[in-house]
Amino acid sequence: MQDKKTYKTTSNRVAVTGMGIISAIGNSVEDNKAALFSYKSGIKPISKILTIHASQIQVGEVSSSNNTLLTQLQLTPDTNFTRTALLGLTAVKEALNNAKIIEFDTYKTGLISSTTVGGMDKTEQHLKQYKTSLESQKYISSHHAGDSTQKIANYIGINDFTTTISTACSSAANAIMLGARLIKSGKLDRVIVGGTDALSKFTINGFKTLMILSDQLCQPFDDNRKGLNLGEGAAYLVLESEFIAKKEKQSILAYVSGYANANDAFHQTASSENGQGAYLAMQKALKIAKIKPEQIDYINAHGTATPNNDLSESVAIKRVFGDQVPNLSSTKANTGHTLAASGAIEAVFSVLALQEQTVFPNLNFKSKMKETMLTPITKIKKTEIKHVLSNSFGFGGNCSTIIFSKK
Amino acid sequence: MRNCYIHSAVSISAQNTFDTDSFLAAIITHHENKIQAIYPNYREYISPSASRRMETGVKIGFVAATKALTLAQLSQPDAILTATGMGCIADTEKFLNSIINNNETYLTPTSFIQSTHNTVGAQIALGLQCNGYNSTYTHGNLSFESALIDAKLLIDLEEANNILVGGIDELGNEFVDYLQMIEAKYDKGINVPFGEGASFVVLSSKKKANAIKLLDITTVNKISIKQLTQKLEVFLSGNNLNFKDIDAIVLGNNGDVFDNYYDDIACSLFAHAAQINYKHLVGEFHTASAFGFWLAIKILENQHIPVGVLKNSTHSTTLKTVLLYNQFKGESHGFILISIC
Repeated sequence: MQDKKTYKTTSNRVAVTGMGIISAIGNSVEDNKAALFSYKSGIKPISKILTIHASQIQVGEVSSSNNTLLTQLQLTPDTNFTRTALLGLTAVKEALNNAKIIEFDTYKTGLISSTTVGGMDKTEQHLKQYKTSLESQKYISSHHAGDSTQKIANYIGINDFTTTISTACSSAANAIMLGARLIKSGKLDRVIVGGTDALSKFTINGFKTLMILSDQLCQPFDDNRKGLNLGEGAAYLVLESEFIAKKEKQSILAYVSGYANANDAFHQTASSENGQGAYLAMQKALKIAKIKPEQIDYINAHGTATPNNDLSESVAIKRVFGDQVPNLSSTKANTGHTLAASGAIEAVFSVLALQEQTVFPNLNFKSKMKETMLTPITKIKKTEIKHVLSNSFGFGGNCSTIIFSKK
Repeated sequence: MRNCYIHSAVSISAQNTFDTDSFLAAIITHHENKIQAIYPNYREYISPSASRRMETGVKIGFVAATKALTLAQLSQPDAILTATGMGCIADTEKFLNSIINNNETYLTPTSFIQSTHNTVGAQIALGLQCNGYNSTYTHGNLSFESALIDAKLLIDLEEANNILVGGIDELGNEFVDYLQMIEAKYDKGINVPFGEGASFVVLSSKKKANAIKLLDITTVNKISIKQLTQKLEVFLSGNNLNFKDIDAIVLGNNGDVFDNYYDDIACSLFAHAAQINYKHLVGEFHTASAFGFWLAIKILENQHIPVGVLKNSTHSTTLKTVLLYNQFKGESHGFILISIC
């Protein structure tokens, strides 16, 4: 990967220079920020998907319909954009706009996206009409997970390195990590990283069979938590080598200073009791960032509000931080669990925390978990924040941690 | 930059490539438009109870990975990277159809759990109790190349020394028919069977006697045929090579109209080199290029090109450097360079 000359320097620190997001609490970074400051939750009864489970679940849906998104993106209705692709492209466009990047000729630029469901939102509606309906057939080729990434790349005009990661709910964190490593190694100058997932009957029913969906608003880290609320959305960061960012006088929003990926190697869908994968991911990320646990000012937890995740994550956090657990919150009660996108959505929130010097509150928390007695932050907290640690864990034992730093 | 050596390569494919010492000596001719891989004796690798719950992709992936580790004499890799275009499509179809047929009732979680794209990587990690770096790439026909890029990066950045990398795709039962239905509508569509397979390699920073070296890999989303020559020139010169240094090219021809990408460079730049095709033998699928990678490695190891894959007659006596090139429908181009040490 070395044809366009990259601007390799000795340091190659990884700067965040742009962000874009669409989630249940807003269609832009500004909207999401305002929603976080006003304790807003986007979790509601489901409205866009017909499911027999409607009365037993609460979800975080993006308010815009596919038609609205198509119009905003100036796409014609005859395209085969899935909702996953529409959400992804909307967030990517905002991120590029935010980073004021209008062309990809000057610097070697890549796109690393991630998704779990891919084009499933359309597949599940059209599968049984594929044989007979011409209108349905256009969605055959949009099923596979790489399709939304390919569409985004072609729309914005990225011809260079483009790929897709799918490691369940840690996917976007791994996309951020790969992007950071490609910049560090000098293989890319710039890279757009993140993830997108649309709600689908497939995931609703999947999580339903695992009995980890709550019929109430989810309560991360609460002793009486009943399970998660699914959500949908997309978020992307623009990463640049610090050298380029400074040369181009970009405003640097934050740095990706640490990252790590470990496998829990315990169970296909459950996390281990001692949170080994999560523990290793956090430890390794701190090591890469060359900082000590006590230098972390805020943990944006994975905190899905399932009994298993929050216990395992709490144990892992206590193993890393001892009794001095930093400010902690999960923003899943705002957005719902957006699966592949969650690591990117929470990356945007982590960068906002650094910019605003604010810990965002963990909604719906009432009582401490008996086992670990952790108390998340429940009120907007203004405090000095230099380093934020963000966790993302997924099925298959995939555990990832990213550390964002102010300087 | 550290060197990247290939310590083992294993493939389960629609040819006899797994349980044999011969190297594609007897080619199996397939006449169907969908071809299954030749399945190994799973009992030697997976307990029957676990095996019953697994679909083909997970099983062949797990078995190919296990054998790749054994051949490399590696008990615990530092990282596990898998690649799959369609993911665990059989379990995906199974769960999707139960939702549709039973109107969201009477569902069991097994097929949902095993439908996630990272299932193979997760099962390998679980089996080995491997806590190392673990990721899954699912970007159409660049899935395997993406995993290989990450693996090489892990070695370059000294983040890992021994890495298991593989590409897995299974035929499944339903989607493949829809894809073929669409393909049949094209004037000059894909003209090889649709296939499946699992190919794994162990990459290492440690030099080993007779090991093949992974020199470089690059991918590009879009490129015109005109730009291809320049792209290849830059790619090769970055590795201090020129066109004449390439002894063999492994091309992803599948009979469709986009084969002109391959034909163009085969005639203009690499007429001197051995030209190798493989999709007529194992079928087209998103991670077919992982089979191509296995094939290229075996050709260098054996210093022999099986007749069934050789398209032309000219080739030099010593095979030193091989270039692999694959693309899909004129997009997602992947280039890999390997050589003997």
